[in-house]
Amino acid sequence: MNAETLIVLLYVLVLASFVGFELISKVPPTLHTPLMSGSNAISGITIVGAIVAAGPVDLSVSKVLGIAALLLATLNVVGGYAVTDRMLKMFKKKK
Amino acid sequence: MMEKDLLIKIAYLVSSVLFIMGIKMLGKTATARRGNTLSAVAMFIAVVATLLNSQVLSFTEIFVTILIGSAIGLIVARRVEMTSMPEMVALFNGFGGASSVLVASSEYWRMAHEANASMPLVVGVTVVISVIIGAVTFSGSLVAFGKLKGIINGRAIMFTGQHALNAALFVTALAASVLVVLNPNTEVWMLAVLGLALLLGILTVIPIGGADMPVVISLLNSYSGIAASATGFVLNNQVLIITGALVGASGIILTQIMCKAMNRSLVNVLLGGFGQTKGTAAAGGGEEIVVKEVGVEESAMLFESASSVIIVPGYGMAVAQAQHVVRELADNLEKRGTSVKFAIHPVAGRMPGHMNVLLAEANIPYDKLIEMDQINDEFANTDIALIIGANDVVNPAARTNPGSPIFGMPILNVDKARTVIVCKRSMNAGYAGIENELFGHDNCLMLFGDAKATITKVVGELKEMATA
Repeated sequence: MNAETLIVLLYVLVLASFVGFELISKVPPTLHTPLMSGSNAISGITIVGAIVAAGPVDLSVSKVLGIAALLLATLNVVGGYAVTDRMLKMFKKKK
Repeated sequence: MMEKDLLIKIAYLVSSVLFIMGIKMLGKTATARRGNTLSAVAMFIAVVATLLNSQVLSFTEIFVTILIGSAIGLIVARRVEMTSMPEMVALFNGFGGASSVLVASSEYWRMAHEANASMPLVVGVTVVISVIIGAVTFSGSLVAFGKLKGIINGRAIMFTGQHALNAALFVTALAASVLVVLNPNTEVWMLAVLGLALLLGILTVIPIGGADMPVVISLLNSYSGIAASATGFVLNNQVLIITGALVGASGIILTQIMCKAMNRSLVNVLLGGFGQTKGTAAAGGGEEIVVKEVGVEESAMLFESASSVIIVPGYGMAVAQAQHVVRELADNLEKRGTSVKFAIHPVAGRMPGHMNVLLAEANIPYDKLIEMDQINDEFANTDIALIIGANDVVNPAARTNPGSPIFGMPILNVDKARTVIVCKRSMNAGYAGIENELFGHDNCLMLFGDAKATITKVVGELKEMATA
């Protein structure tokens, strides 16, 4: 990675952080727990990196680390989305 | 080959857009569920696109691992009790952090040992950052999980020299990080960084007590996002950076909301040990508080004649699993034409929004749950404020006694109600370790006992009165 790529990535980071602050600043307290477990599932995006790391055919230390990462990330992603959905299903307005 | 790479990049772009839209929708009650689904779709697209990557060749292992992880995740998500949500979020958060560490370590190993290439400075720095944040998230979340679950003592654990030790560990971790970057082929430095970061995670969460958990969980949530972002820098992958930043921002915002609701700074919470000061100041004048007890029957009679009731739930309700009987009580009262509302303090429970989830599980519509700022003026016109398992968040000392450790913390003004009924197991102090002067007020009645058993009896009495 050269310095130019790094700068581009830093731009991405800064802009995405601003978007995040704008989007989330007005969440009602009712949704705090689902927001947390939902964003928790989103942080399992490292699954993308884990797949690449687990990708090579030959067994190696880095592949084993990748598979371990993949297992944990999948748990995080699938469990996180499922439990958030289960919670949000319960939130009802007065009938 | 070029076209395939381009396709993957476009898929990542689509996925990033869907993540942003999903998290936006997650912020509104009407669209939250769809938002969550949308972000799951975004994740799916990102995963499928990654499988097209030319470096990904061993599909069997990948699919088997994904299958096992999904199965465990689904089972846990189905079975977990709503009262245990904080533990589950803490645990999954830890997994997210661990996964960042493993991905970064894998990349480090590949570069340092297998690719026979020298590691560029930028990669070295980002790998180290990713490992440190991920490891702190992992071990910190596990300690938070242990505290919430009761495996580790939930109170603040303090020892002398704690902060000095943490500072020393941090400096050592930084020094080891520099050594990793300078000597990427000597993995002992990497292991040192990892070990120190794990230790730091444990030591920073250990001194933080139970009721401060909403802050800790929010902060660790934010860390897991930042760790994912850092991993994005290691892999030069924008979708990781963007989504990690979104999660990081969301966690920081929740952390701020929680700190504000306790009138404390983040530093104050992180230094820990809150509520451990014993002795003079805590007693607030040293006077013994004289309380009035009330029985089940008498409470039922009070409820019968009330025309408006506000219920204030706290962590005690979650511990007693009393949310369902509380719903029954609310239903019974509403059938009599009594107005029933719930007042929710932002830090009630062990994670942000904990009470809302429990009451939603008990089928209480969310528009009955009113935020502190909106309901505080209503207490003065309310016949009964029923407090179930909450303590510090209703202590008037926060308004009146400048000597109190919780002075200045926004509270629910339950003392303004005509009658206050406190359902509580014993006279034990709350998390802050201070007496609650509310219990001595003239309009306050103590209904001692387990919340679930006691409220069940009250509901039983009310039903009998209706038939008699």
